[in-house]
Amino acid sequence: MKRALSLIGAAVAAFLGSSAQAETLSIATVNNGDMIRMQKLSEHFTKAHPDITLNWVTLEENVLRQRVTTDIAAKGGQYDILTIGTYEVPIWTKQKWLMPLTKLGANYDVEDLLPSIRSGLTTDGTLYAAPFYGESSMVMYRKDLFEKAGLTMPEAPTWAFVSDAARKLTDKKAEVYGICLRGKAGWGENMAFLSAMANSFGASWFDMQWKPQFNTDPWKQTLTTYLGLMKDAGPPGASSNGFNENLALFQSGKCAMWIDATVAASFVSNPAQSKVADKVGYALAPDTGLGKRSNWLWAWNLAIPASSKKGDAAQAFISWATSKDYLDLVAKEEGWANVPPGTRSSLYANPEYRKTAPFADLTLKSIQAADPQHPTVQPVPYTGVQFVAIPEFQGIGTAVGQAFSAALAGQTTADQALQTAQTLATREMTKAGYIK
Amino acid sequence: MARAATNRHKLVVTLIAWTVGIVIFFPILWTALTSFKTEAEAVATPPTFLAFHWTLENYSEVQQRSDYFLHFWNSVVISVGSTLLGLLVAVPAAWSMAFVPGKRTRDVLMWMLSTKMLPPVGVLIPIYLLFRDFGLLDSRVGLVIVLTLINLPIIVWMLFTYFREIPGEILEASRMDGAGLRDEILFVLLPMAVPGIASTLLLNIILAWNEAFWTLNLSASQSAPLTAFIASYSSPEGLFYAKLSAASTMAVAPILVLGWFSQKQLVRGLTFGAVK
Repeated sequence: MKRALSLIGAAVAAFLGSSAQAETLSIATVNNGDMIRMQKLSEHFTKAHPDITLNWVTLEENVLRQRVTTDIAAKGGQYDILTIGTYEVPIWTKQKWLMPLTKLGANYDVEDLLPSIRSGLTTDGTLYAAPFYGESSMVMYRKDLFEKAGLTMPEAPTWAFVSDAARKLTDKKAEVYGICLRGKAGWGENMAFLSAMANSFGASWFDMQWKPQFNTDPWKQTLTTYLGLMKDAGPPGASSNGFNENLALFQSGKCAMWIDATVAASFVSNPAQSKVADKVGYALAPDTGLGKRSNWLWAWNLAIPASSKKGDAAQAFISWATSKDYLDLVAKEEGWANVPPGTRSSLYANPEYRKTAPFADLTLKSIQAADPQHPTVQPVPYTGVQFVAIPEFQGIGTAVGQAFSAALAGQTTADQALQTAQTLATREMTKAGYIK
Repeated sequence: MARAATNRHKLVVTLIAWTVGIVIFFPILWTALTSFKTEAEAVATPPTFLAFHWTLENYSEVQQRSDYFLHFWNSVVISVGSTLLGLLVAVPAAWSMAFVPGKRTRDVLMWMLSTKMLPPVGVLIPIYLLFRDFGLLDSRVGLVIVLTLINLPIIVWMLFTYFREIPGEILEASRMDGAGLRDEILFVLLPMAVPGIASTLLLNIILAWNEAFWTLNLSASQSAPLTAFIASYSSPEGLFYAKLSAASTMAVAPILVLGWFSQKQLVRGLTFGAVK
């Protein structure tokens, strides 16, 4: 009997696994090329720190967000390093869920981080997350189609030019569409694009009293421009298109223009993936002359839960993964084209990088043009360019996104969609106590 | 004439059966085919069916990036463990309900089934906190427990239906011959119910293998089963369908093989009694 019990005990111990090692860092991350590359190169870090081992948990973005939010809110302690977006950082910092990154080392050169990215991750002068890669959005267009149509894309186009060009370039019989834009519902999907577009039309999510602004003229202009453009010059079924769907369309030569994340530039210019690799030109996201362009700002960042007991080791890893040396390491091992973009000024000053990445200049300009602290033409009480950095935004943003996606699918009109958005945003903001 | 009619009838039924079969199997076939395409071909419009450049690069990349066997082993331990533990609890429960029913047995059975109607996310935070306090987060033991609890109503219901078919007189006879409760269950009831138990076992292994809510939310790196392995190949930025398909094919292959070899038992299990 005793023997049986000890056998059961041993089996239970084996089931539980060996999670008691002192310096094993558990890293939760998203599945994208740069992160996977970091995972591959991390042996350089473990070689330099033989006392630290790394456990990777790679998940799809939405699953990851739910998973790490549950864990950090419940203080589950499952992860020592989290990959989180610029949306979460200010909210989680306010909740005191993140550890300040004060031990990144003397050589880290925090001043080299791009100011617009850095400002979103800093509270009271302290960095709470370190950017691993950053992106804005810009126009990617087909130089050959523009030339054929006798059009010239300016470096900083207006919405009027983009709309006109999109309609001229559309040839539905040949399955070439003037413009491909996001239509899939979600706060990080169509609302990322539409919130940034609305900024350029002088619209905002809320006024200084947190009252939703969907019943204002700028929002009406934004939505009618978007819907009209997509109806005349967009691909069929656009209400279910997100980044990947539009990427596939653009790469197979079906879009004359595509406005989306700057990180897409490296995909569409890669001949192994893209049929139009040598025909792609780049321009800044359009504006309407009001002083704000319709580009967003996003970064994936590494942060440490405040409850982590392995803070020093975790900071050593973050320092390594977001350092200038790491960029050099990627360049050495995988070439400059694969270096994670959008975090450090020094990268954009590097002639070798600029030579490999013809879109580097515009990426930098786009990132610099976004100001998460002052995202809109009129003053607003929130930060964030294509999102509002409050916990309620995920729910409200997705619900509004569904209303706009339905309008794109032709189920409702622009006015009905705006009315729905106004009603539900007002209800949620009142319930959450923002509107007294 | 009658034979011609029968033949035509057979032909129609066969055609319908094949059509339904192909429609149901098509997503799996498409996943398997996509896993052999390049990322660009995986999203090509119009899609290619067989005439594409076949490649194994997705499988080799998935192998390089992930520890498939760790995830596979976790899936085996969690699905088999939770099913066996469930059977251990469910056999006595189903016995008592089938052979010594009380006034409220029916209500208890219905109540057990009603627990399946609760959306799991509603109890995520309480369970998460319990797991945190008991140190069960990211452990196979924890996942075995939670999946046992989730599938228990189905196991009890299925066994109850099988046991009810066994005449109570046989058990009575064994009692007359001096068998105790343990002997009655172990040596009389269970051998007679083997087909039913086997199909319950198989069905629950499949259910536990495919369970993706709790296994994703309560695991991290050590206990993550194949569901987490699949989830790691979806990406919001960048093409991923071919690699995701390769990961999915690798994840469903073992359970597909198990299902193929045990289809007789499964069909019996699925078309029987409570889950008819």
